[in-house]
Amino acid sequence: MSRITDLQKNLFGGTTSNARQFGMISTLVAIVLLFQIWTGGLTLTSGNLIAVVSQYSYILILAIGMLMVIVAGHIDLSVGSVAAFTGIVVAKAMQEYSIPWPLGIVLGLLVGAVIGAWQGFWVAYVGVPAFIVTLAGMLLFRGGNQYIGNADTVPVPLGFRDIGAGFLPEVGPDTGYNNLTLLLGLLACLGVVAREFKARQTRREMNADAAPLWVTGIRLAVMVGVIVFATLRFAGGRIGTSVPISGIILIVLVLAYSYYTRNTIGGRHIYAVGGNARAAELSGVKLKRVNFLVMMNMSVLAALAGMIFVARSAASGPQDGLSWELDAIAAVFIGGAAVSGGLGTISGSIVGGLVMALLNNGLQLEGVGSDMVQIIKGLVLLLAVAFDVYSKKQGRFSIIGALARPFQRDQADTSAEPPKTATDTDTDKAQVAG
Amino acid sequence: MTRPPTLLEMRSITKTFPGVRALADVSLVVAEGEIHAICGENGAGKSTLMKVLSGVHPHGSYTGDIVYRGENVQFHDIRASEQAGIVIIHQELALVPGMSITENLFLGNEPRRRGSIDWKTAQRRALELMEQVGLHEDPDTLIKDIGVGKQQLVEIAKAFAKDVKLLILDEPTAALNEADSQHLLDLLRGFRERGITSIIISHKLNEIEAVADTITILRDGRTIESLDVRADGVNEDRIVQGMVGRELNSRFPDHTPDIGEVFFEVRDWTVKHPSSEDRLVCKGSGFTVRRGEIVGFAGLMGAGRTELAMSLFGRSYGHYVSGQVFKDGREIQLKSVPDAIRNGLAYVSEDRKSIGLNLLDDIKTSMVAAKLSKIARRRVVDPVREHRVAEEYRQSLRIKTPSVDEGVVKLSGGNQQKVVLAKWMFTDPDLLILDEPTRGIDVGAKYEIYGIIQRLVDQGKGVIVISSELPELIGLCDRIYTVFEGAITGEVTRQDANPELLMKKMTSLTKTATP
Repeated sequence: MSRITDLQKNLFGGTTSNARQFGMISTLVAIVLLFQIWTGGLTLTSGNLIAVVSQYSYILILAIGMLMVIVAGHIDLSVGSVAAFTGIVVAKAMQEYSIPWPLGIVLGLLVGAVIGAWQGFWVAYVGVPAFIVTLAGMLLFRGGNQYIGNADTVPVPLGFRDIGAGFLPEVGPDTGYNNLTLLLGLLACLGVVAREFKARQTRREMNADAAPLWVTGIRLAVMVGVIVFATLRFAGGRIGTSVPISGIILIVLVLAYSYYTRNTIGGRHIYAVGGNARAAELSGVKLKRVNFLVMMNMSVLAALAGMIFVARSAASGPQDGLSWELDAIAAVFIGGAAVSGGLGTISGSIVGGLVMALLNNGLQLEGVGSDMVQIIKGLVLLLAVAFDVYSKKQGRFSIIGALARPFQRDQADTSAEPPKTATDTDTDKAQVAG
Repeated sequence: MTRPPTLLEMRSITKTFPGVRALADVSLVVAEGEIHAICGENGAGKSTLMKVLSGVHPHGSYTGDIVYRGENVQFHDIRASEQAGIVIIHQELALVPGMSITENLFLGNEPRRRGSIDWKTAQRRALELMEQVGLHEDPDTLIKDIGVGKQQLVEIAKAFAKDVKLLILDEPTAALNEADSQHLLDLLRGFRERGITSIIISHKLNEIEAVADTITILRDGRTIESLDVRADGVNEDRIVQGMVGRELNSRFPDHTPDIGEVFFEVRDWTVKHPSSEDRLVCKGSGFTVRRGEIVGFAGLMGAGRTELAMSLFGRSYGHYVSGQVFKDGREIQLKSVPDAIRNGLAYVSEDRKSIGLNLLDDIKTSMVAAKLSKIARRRVVDPVREHRVAEEYRQSLRIKTPSVDEGVVKLSGGNQQKVVLAKWMFTDPDLLILDEPTRGIDVGAKYEIYGIIQRLVDQGKGVIVISSELPELIGLCDRIYTVFEGAITGEVTRQDANPELLMKKMTSLTKTATP
C-alpha cells in the first residue's frame, strides 16, 4: 500500500466502501465550509446546528432503516405514510382515550411493528416485490391517516412533545454551558479514543500492520476536534437549548445499528442477501426471515420518526411525512449504497443525510426558494450517484485513489490478473441443470 | 503438402494493462481454411489476444501489427472487425432470452423495407442460416426455450448472417454436453470444408486434439509454440506440457484410498420439477457413500445430477415427494439448508459466480459465510478469528492473493473455486457434494483441487463429485454412479470404469446394477 492510500484507508475505517465514504465526508466538509462563508458564519452557530438536528433527525432515523432495506435489495416507499399513520393513531389515542404519553410511544412502536409485519409478510413470504408492497402501503397508510384523523390535525400533550422538541435539561453548576451536553461530549471523546485503541489491538492480533502511530494521531485529533467543537456549540446555545432529545435518540440508534450491521451475524446476513440472495440461501441464511425483519424494522423506525415529527410540530396532521421516503432514499444513495443491494453503510447514509440536510439548511438561510432547493438537491443526488457509477467503471474508487495511483508501486501484485483477463475462461454460464 | 496461404498474421502484439503486461510480443499465424486452436492456462492471454484481434481493445491500445488477408488492418471497434468478416463468439452468449431465434439472428442487423422490419425476408433468411448450422427448430421459438447447445448454434448462425470469414469461438463447448459438443465440432469441420477459418479457444484438450489443424500455445502472455497437429503427432500430454511448461506426469495426484464403512445413504429419493408438477427430476434415486470415498456422478447435461444434489441439500431445488436420508445409520431430516449444514452436508455449486459466492464480498467474508456462528461470540462476529481462519485456508489451499481482504472478484477461476471449497470446509462437513468442481479452471488449478479433494477423504469425509468430464471422474473417483433422466442407471467401481461403459449407462434406462 502506498502512503496515501494507507492514510486514506486508516483515516476512514477499513471497509471496502471507505473510499466512497471519504468522498462523502469531504463533500460534507466542503458544503459546510461553503455555506459557512456564504452565510457569513451563520451555518455553524449554536442555534442553527441545534435547529438542523431537530429538523432533520427523523429523516436520518429513516435513513438508518432504509439503508438496511436497500442493502437487502429492496426499497420502502411507504415510510412517510407509515409515519403519518402512526402519528395520527398515537395523537388520537392520547387525545380521545387520554392514555399517558409513554404508553402512547409504546403504542406507536407497536403500530409500526404491526404495519411492518404486514409489509414484511407480503415481501418475504408471498414474494411481492417491495416496490409494489410499499407503493400500496404508501396509499393505504396515507389514506388511513386521513380516515382516522378526518383529514384534520390532532394536537399532542406536552410531555409527548419532548421527544421531538425537548432538550437535555440543565443540571449541576453553572458553567455557562449545558452540563449534560459537555458530559456527552466527554464520553464521545473517550469512546473514540477507546475504539481507536481497540482497533489497533485487533490489527495486531491479526498480525497485520497497524496504521503508523502518526496516522492514528491525526485521525484521533481530527475526530476529537470535531467532537469538542460540536459539543461546545451544542452546549453553548441559548439557555434551555442543547442537544435535542431527538438528536440523542438518533445517536443511540446510529451507534446500535452500525454495530449490528457491521459486527453481528444478523448484519452479515443482510449484506449476504443483498449481495447474492441465492448464494446466501445456499449458505444457510434464512432468506425469508431476513427480508421480513428488514421490512418490519423499517416500519418501526418510520413509526418512531413519525412520532418525533408529531412531537416537534405539536400536532399530527394529514400532510405529515410527505415525500420523506424520497429524502431517506436519497440520503442512502448519496451515502454510497448500491442500487442493486449488498453495499452501503449506516455511517455513509448518515453522512449522505447530513449532506442533504446542510444543503437544505444553508440554502434556506440564504433565502433560496424551495424551487431552487429542490433543483439543487436533485442535481446533487444525480451527480453523487453518477460519480459513483463512473468511478466503478473506471475501476477506481475515488478521486483520491486516482491521484494516488502513480505512487502505487505494488499494483501489479495486488491484482493477480488484470480485471479484463480475469474473466478469461472462468466465466461459467448460468445453468440450472447438470 | 503445400501450406495454404496465410489468412491472418498477428505480429509481436504487446498489450499492457495498468501494472500488468497481458501480452508480450505474441505472434499468431492462421492459415486460410484451417481450424486453429489457442491453448493456455487461465490468464495466459488467450482472450486478450482475441480482444485485440476483434477490436475490443482498439488499435493504438496495443503495439504490434495485424495482417489480415494481406493487408495491415487497424480495427477501432468490433464493428470494424465484423465488417472485415471476423466474428467472435464469446463464452457468454449475447442472446436475448425473451426474443425468438429470428429476432436474435438479426438483432441490430434487421432486414428493412421502407423503414420497417421485413419479417418475411428475415424469416426466410433465418431458415437458411439455421440450416447451415444444422439447427432444426421453429425460428419463432424463444431463445430461453432452447438448450444451451442450440443457443450456441444460434450464435454461430448469427455470425453467418454477418458474412463471416474468420470465426472465433471462445470456450464454445464449456457448457455443452458431449453430444452437443460433438455436433459443434462436426460443424467446425464442415466449415473447414467450405473454406471458413476458425479459431477455437478451449480447455478441453481432447476436443482440440480431435478437431484442430494447428495449435498455438500461450503461456504468461507469450507465444510458447505452434504445433502442427497433422505433422507432429500431437497429443493431449504434449499440449499440456506446452501449457504448463513442464511435463505433467499425471493429471491426478497419487492417492491411495482408505475406504471405511457406509455412513451416508439415500433411499427412494423422488423430487418434482419446481414449475411443471408432472415432471420428476429425481426418480426414486438411491445411493451410498462410504467414509473416505470419492463417489462420482456421471450424466449428461440435464440428467438431473444437480437437481439430485440440490434437493438433498435442504430441499433447495424442486418439490420433495418421497425419500429418506440416513447418516451413520440414523435417519436425518434435511428440510432446510441450515438443517443440511447442521447435519454435516456441504454443497459446492456448479456455478460459483451466480449462486456460489457473493461477488461483493472479500475473501475472508466469503470463507466464513456458511458458518458464521463458528467465529462469533453471542452472535457478534470476531474479526480476529475470522482473519485467522481465512489466513489458514489461504495457506493450506494455496490461494494466490496478496491478502484475504481482497474482493473475490479479483481472483481467477481456480482461486475462486478454492475460496468456495474453503467456505464449505469451514462448516466441518462429513459429506461434501462438489458440483463440477473444476469447470472453467486451468490444468494446474485442477490438479490442486483434486489434491484438496483427496485430502478431504483422507480425513474420513465422504465426497461426491458431479462432473461432465468422464476422464476426471474416472481418474478421481473410487466409485461412479451414472444418472439418466433423473434415475440412477448404474454403479461402476474404479477398476471397471472406462468412458465407453459409463457413456452407455449414462444414455440408457436399462438398470444394470443398483444398490
